[in-house]
Amino acid sequence: MARRLPILIAAGILAIFAIAGTSLVAFTHQATKERIAANERETLLRNLYALVPKATIDNDIALDTLQVSDPEQLGAPVTTVYRGRLQGQPVAAVLTTVVPNGYSGPIKLLVAVRYDGILGGVRVISHKETPGLGDKVDESRSDWIYSFTGKSLGNPPLEKWKVKRDGGVFDQFTGATITPRSIVTAVRKTLLYVKEHRDALYDKTAASDGVTAEG
Amino acid sequence: MADTSYRTIVTDGLWNNNQALVALLGLCPLLAVTNTAINGLGLGLATTAVLTASNGTVSLIRNLVRPEVRLPVFVMVIASFVTAIELGMNAYFHELHKILGIFIPLIVTNCAIIGRAEAFASKNSFLRSLVDGLSIGIGFTLVLVTLGSMRELIGQGTLFDQAHLMFGEAARGLSLKIEDFPGMLIAILPPGAFIGLGLLIMVKNLIDKRVAARAAVKTQTTEGAEGVAT
Repeated sequence: MARRLPILIAAGILAIFAIAGTSLVAFTHQATKERIAANERETLLRNLYALVPKATIDNDIALDTLQVSDPEQLGAPVTTVYRGRLQGQPVAAVLTTVVPNGYSGPIKLLVAVRYDGILGGVRVISHKETPGLGDKVDESRSDWIYSFTGKSLGNPPLEKWKVKRDGGVFDQFTGATITPRSIVTAVRKTLLYVKEHRDALYDKTAASDGVTAEG
Repeated sequence: MADTSYRTIVTDGLWNNNQALVALLGLCPLLAVTNTAINGLGLGLATTAVLTASNGTVSLIRNLVRPEVRLPVFVMVIASFVTAIELGMNAYFHELHKILGIFIPLIVTNCAIIGRAEAFASKNSFLRSLVDGLSIGIGFTLVLVTLGSMRELIGQGTLFDQAHLMFGEAARGLSLKIEDFPGMLIAILPPGAFIGLGLLIMVKNLIDKRVAARAAVKTQTTEGAEGVAT
């Protein structure tokens, strides 16, 4: 019995510290939870409004979402679609397309397709491409990603939706063709997907009811 | 050991026993995040906060904790502080938190922290341990910022780029940029981190050598003078 006591004390001390440590984390979590959620929402909205200007819609685009699944076309098991509307009429859909075949790992995109099928713009949300070469797809590094804005499936024609080296219209970078090529392909596939599923994506009636009912 | 002066604690932490340049601890975050000065500063400050808090706590509980559960308790203390600081950074420095990403939680695995808890804080008074944590942390931060500045400047020709992520919009003016500088890619890539750290260690050793040589000359001359006087 005398031998067991130190072990019990040690276990007790360990337990006390486990409780104290967990309490500290739980308390901090409680204190920062709302602020973190607000930060994430703000970041998302900033990205979305860059592609679908705030003035052109009147709904809460971050909440008017739809989950779709088409790994073949959109690159991820689940793709979120954010939908912007004006007075209940669809304006644009923003898809969280993933480029599965970046030079070093997947590249996450936001692809905004307006209701008329024209690209509102594309942005790279996260990537691990080589600094100085492939990372020019990032908005902060070069203007390349803006070259998608205003393009659509007919402009340029489908067979020209490639980088210049492959006979298309989109620039590649010196020393980095793989990254732009994979992004051009992913955007083209996204446009094709949107064309096929147009009615379901913009979902004219169902969600607009929900929005007006909430508003 | 118990009577090391504060002066020694500070100079050890900042220079003589610098965890990054002498002990070579915490190299994983050191090499991975130092591609810009601001990233280095962010991780350095987070590490300093954890070190100071964990050193202080460990010192307070050093007589309470039995030796056999010492290490698990230390790890728990450190892990709790790291998680709390990570949540805090996510709330108040959201963008920076996104850039540093996985390296904030990985502070837990920085051997320098458990090393100081075990080697210093568990044997010294509260105040001494706080000072030790602070100096070691600042020493580590200085290396991170120096290495980050070097790599950023050589690699992409900027300094304190994205300073606004940390200090708010007012700090945008802090960012420097050399126009038309193409940048040497290698400095940004992982090999650049190793080369840069190697150079820093070399510079430190050179300085130490010179200081030692000067000290030797000094003692010689004073001895000589004394010899004349007697």
